[in-house]
Parts: sequence; C-alpha cells; structure tokens
Amino acid sequence: MLSSETVNGALIITLEGELDLHTAPPFKQYVDEQLAGNDLIKDLILRMDKIKFIDSSGLGVILGRYKQIQKRGGRLIFVACSPQVYRILKLSGMQKIAYFTDSVKEALSL
Amino acid sequence: MEVKNWIKIEFPSESVNVMFARTAIALFASQLELTLEEIEEIKVAVSEAVSNCVIHAYRNSYGNIVLTAQYSDAELEVTVEDFGCGIPDIEQASEASFTTIPEERMGLGLVFIHELMDHVTITSAVGKGTKVVMTKTVPENRG
Repeated sequence: MLSSETVNGALIITLEGELDLHTAPPFKQYVDEQLAGNDLIKDLILRMDKIKFIDSSGLGVILGRYKQIQKRGGRLIFVACSPQVYRILKLSGMQKIAYFTDSVKEALSL
Repeated sequence: MEVKNWIKIEFPSESVNVMFARTAIALFASQLELTLEEIEEIKVAVSEAVSNCVIHAYRNSYGNIVLTAQYSDAELEVTVEDFGCGIPDIEQASEASFTTIPEERMGLGLVFIHELMDHVTITSAVGKGTKVVMTKTVPENRG
C-alpha cells in the first residue's frame, strides 16, 4: 500500500487506496519509521494520485507527521490530489500549512 | 417524506467497518439522482459519523453501530446510531478542533458532517448513546 524514496532531503511517499481510521495507523507507523531512520529528511512529499478517499482520521495522521517535519524546518507537499481529495484537504484548512503541486518534480523544485 | 426504499445494517464497532459503512451508503445513494460529488460528500459524512462511534462512543469498549438510510424523491436520510458513552455537550463537540483525544485527531469529524450534509440532527444521552441523522436534498430539477 505504501512505498517511498528519499531525494535531496525529501521523503516522497506514494499512498494508495483509502486513508481512514482503519488505514491511518499503518501509514503513521511507516512514515514515523522513515523519519526516525533518517535525520536528514526535512520535507515530506505525499503522492496522492492513487488515494481514492480521505476523511478527518486520515488528515489527523498527516497533520501529526507535519508537526514532526515542521520541527526539522521541513515542508509538507501534496502532489496530484484528485478534486474530491483536494476538497476535503481544503475543508480542513490544510492549504494554509501545506503546498500543493501537480508533480513530484515540481514539489522538489519548490 | 414518502419513503421509496430503505436499508438497515448493524455491525460491531471495528475500524474496518468504517469503510464498509461508507461503501454501503454510496451504493444505496447511487439509486438516487445525485452527482458523484454529492455521493462523495455523503461517504465522508458517514465515514466521520461511524469513526466517531468507534473512537469516542465505544472508546474503551466494543458495541454495535446501526446504520439506517431511506430516501424519497426529495431527499436521502442517513442515521448512524450507537449505544455508547454519549456526548455531554453536543454544541462544544461540534466546534472545530474540539476533541477528547488530541493526539492525531483534528476534531473535524462533526464539522465535516455539518459542512457536507444539508441538515444534521444529533441527539445524545450520556451513558446511553448517540444518534446522528443527516439528510442530503436531491435538487428538484433532477429525476
């Protein structure tokens, strides 16, 4: 369900499926392990094109990870959100703290 | 409201059933003349309501959740009911960022429900349970 790579101090995570109360804990654990294993990671880039659904439980764990990278001086960047997912992110106020791009390339050049 | 069809599903408060509940409602709602965006809104609202049962109503326990839905030509009404701890202050619980579990929670569940559905009624009794009734209006020019 999850895969990742690190490029120039940015952790790029590809999410798939639906992020809710049931799937949020494994996502949280996965990202936390990646962050704990590499102090050089600053930015968190989330590829959202394969995410079909998100609710406030999903947003909650993303916000929790944002707080961690914020302490490192990093940024949270969402890549390729569907209109439905973007709407929910916007409704939560996520656009006030995070960046949104169409591609990973664009995210890495911010 | 002249009820044209209805469903009633009861299931235990397992987190895996949150997805089941919203998927079931999406399928039921697809019988109406609703847009994909409107069905998505209903899915998120149901996901929030059922998640609240799992996280809050049955916080340190397990219990049953009853999901009922019915529709007329004019609207879809969805009810999510639990028999858990209840909400002492519904007004306070509906405020943005209010949560009894600050770790990893945004406190947006009820905010989303109010935002995404056309009419919402919450009734709750401490120690007895909570009932969330949400309606989505079907625009008149459809169907």
